[in-house]
Amino acid sequence: MVKFNRFTLDNGLRVIVHEDKTTPMAVLNILYDVGARDEDPEQTGFAHLFEHLMFGGSVNIPSYDEPLQRVGGENNAFTSNDITNYYITLPAVNIETAFWLESDRMLSLAFSEKSLEVQRNVVMEEFKQRYLNQPYGDVWLKLRPLAYKVHPYRWATIGKELKHIEEAQIDDVKAFFKKHYNPQNAIMVVGGDVDTEQVKVLAEKWFGSIPAGQKYHRDLPQEPVQTEARRQVVSARVPLNGLYIAFHMPGRTDEEYYTTDLISDLLSRGNSSRLYRTLVKDKQLFSEIHAYTTESIDAGMLVIDGKPVSGVSIEGAEAAIWEELEKLKNEIVEANELTKVKNKTESTMMFSEMSLLDKAMNLAFFELLGDAELLNLETSRYLAITPQHVQRQARHLFRKQNSSTLIYLAE
Amino acid sequence: MLNRTITPQSKAIEHIKLIAPGFIQLENNCNFYWLNSGEQELVRIEWIFNNLRFNPEKPLLNIAVNTMLNDGTSKMSAAQIADAIDYYGAFLQVDYGFDHSQVTLYCLNKHLKHALPVVRDILTDSVFPEKELNTFIRNQQQKLRVSLQKNDFMARRVFNKSLFDGTMYGIAPELDDYAQLQRADMLAYFKQMYQPDNCTLIAAGKIDDDILKEITSCFGKSWENNSVPDISQPGFKETEQLFNYIEKPDALQSAIRLGTKLINRAHPDFPALQVVNTILGGYFGSRLMANIREDKGYTYGIGSGMASMRTTGSIFIATEVGADVTRNAMNEIEKEINIIKTELISEEELSLVKNYMLGSLLGSLENVFSHADKFKNVHFSGLELDYYDRYTEAIRTVTAKDVLRLADQYLNFDQFQKVIVGKY
Repeated sequence: MVKFNRFTLDNGLRVIVHEDKTTPMAVLNILYDVGARDEDPEQTGFAHLFEHLMFGGSVNIPSYDEPLQRVGGENNAFTSNDITNYYITLPAVNIETAFWLESDRMLSLAFSEKSLEVQRNVVMEEFKQRYLNQPYGDVWLKLRPLAYKVHPYRWATIGKELKHIEEAQIDDVKAFFKKHYNPQNAIMVVGGDVDTEQVKVLAEKWFGSIPAGQKYHRDLPQEPVQTEARRQVVSARVPLNGLYIAFHMPGRTDEEYYTTDLISDLLSRGNSSRLYRTLVKDKQLFSEIHAYTTESIDAGMLVIDGKPVSGVSIEGAEAAIWEELEKLKNEIVEANELTKVKNKTESTMMFSEMSLLDKAMNLAFFELLGDAELLNLETSRYLAITPQHVQRQARHLFRKQNSSTLIYLAE
Repeated sequence: MLNRTITPQSKAIEHIKLIAPGFIQLENNCNFYWLNSGEQELVRIEWIFNNLRFNPEKPLLNIAVNTMLNDGTSKMSAAQIADAIDYYGAFLQVDYGFDHSQVTLYCLNKHLKHALPVVRDILTDSVFPEKELNTFIRNQQQKLRVSLQKNDFMARRVFNKSLFDGTMYGIAPELDDYAQLQRADMLAYFKQMYQPDNCTLIAAGKIDDDILKEITSCFGKSWENNSVPDISQPGFKETEQLFNYIEKPDALQSAIRLGTKLINRAHPDFPALQVVNTILGGYFGSRLMANIREDKGYTYGIGSGMASMRTTGSIFIATEVGADVTRNAMNEIEKEINIIKTELISEEELSLVKNYMLGSLLGSLENVFSHADKFKNVHFSGLELDYYDRYTEAIRTVTAKDVLRLADQYLNFDQFQKVIVGKY
């Protein structure tokens, strides 16, 4: 149970306070409601590049990192297809420094040409390091456009290609900031050894005078229902064949999201899971296999990826996966097995409450979904799922015409 | 009117308080430490064993034995072990390390009585079934084949081998080494290593008398020793070759790793040397990051780190840079090392690093698990928790001249091992 207080400033900034007196630290987390899905298809990778530029100095503060480090703080950020999230952890006695820094860059950036030039290079190196210079590193650059034809989830957060990053201009950066970075499009969570009244005063002091800006109205093209199986075979300089199957699944707020998530747990969470036990241990067809969901806000993907043992044909490996999926469709899952994945979910939720930063990020994310209180209802939503739900959802998910299969053949 | 150009007032970090563990030596000589704190009804328990003497002829024995601990006992199959652990929402992890290898259990208190006997069974009666061993060998070989294509993996492997050849620290297994694994060797290794005499048991979480009792009754008297483990270690094979270049003609980036053997945590210079390391490459604002990422844009990240092992330590710098700028990056790294050895650091930069390091220590104490981790750091270096008092004192009092002296004494670029995988 994560307790919190909540208020909204006149300019629309939503603020959540989680008091946790067990730590001498504080967290200030700001989620901006913008991700790679909000990008122009001709300028992909921009939300993430922009995240880098947020550290290049703001209108009144030339260096973001230095004053924070000076008061014993640390920070980082991440961009996903859905959101951009920034966080600071620092000794709670110095919390005002975090307000000062975050409010100034919400007010305005410095928009330095040098920073843009350097960060373009840094991000291009990140692109190479994580996506191009690794075996199977480009899987998301291939799997996303195979599964999505219309929705902007068809490109990865890093962008479609290096060229899009190379061509980013300072005017694009300014326009992006104006559109997405303002109080109305942000959720701030302050947690740790803080008081709600103190946070109210500081929030008003530092954020209250920032102009509300325009509210961004998201109107994304939704992905039409897939009607036939898709398949792509690539031959690549990888040591082993690789197999990826993506299934469309419901978005984050859908009831069936939870069922789908539990299905991925039944398939691959822990050494007792079905795919691991059957395909890695018993039949010895794969050296590794995983199933997971992309946890996307809009309709996402459940992905199964595995590396067949050398000598096993791709067709044989694929058929063996489908055999397991058919079992979920045809046979009701036993109560014990369902209890097992529910217990795992319950303990994961409890362990995540050990981390102040996790709690702060989660509160911001659930507030974005509609209500921070939803965080405290998560476990109960998993616990409510029945074997019948599982079967019905498995039948809905695991159809050939809902699948996109990507195969790497080792050269 | 709010003046946004002025930094808010800040305070220095005062005393940092660590949770001291409770301790009992169990009747079988197992040393049991526990740290009780936190609101959640859960616990993390670690069984930590000293590695046996490393045998270069059979380099994978320790890793294979540790990794296969949950693959079957005479009473339970791998599948039954997995069922038992997963059913109670627990997490059972096995990890091997340079000096120690361990089993970790994460569990809600309400399920602990079901999970502990499984761990007990694993630690006393693992049998490494032949079929599971074959699966292990095949899967590990496949994983290794993937890893060998990653430049950063290759750089780390060659670097460690160059510094620490002939020991666990320098292990660089080949595909064939997996095929050599024999079940009989593993059983003998297991029997000697995983016994209470050789075990440090550390529990952290919400631990009341009932939980303590559950742990001690399961791992106390009835868990018996069978022999005296040989935990001595061989020395390093020294090498003359300081530069290793592995060419990858199609590489988009080169992985660079360089560094040297160094003092470990038990040495009085260690905390102050950590200040030197932090200035050089130990945080986001470090000189290497500021120069090679934030000024030149050669890389997504570059950092330096210090490792402290039982008999030695090391300092290393690691990065992956655009293949076309590998030489430039190496030059800049050398330049930064020379600067820290020859130019007095400004008070402004030094005070920033000190504050950053103290804040970072405070921030690293997030929950009771982190307190247990801090305890392990000192305990396995033969130190007490008061090390952290000396550490904070050393950081507060280190001077610009000390930084210069320590950098000059310990960092000699010409003597560094250097590994490049990619293009040069």
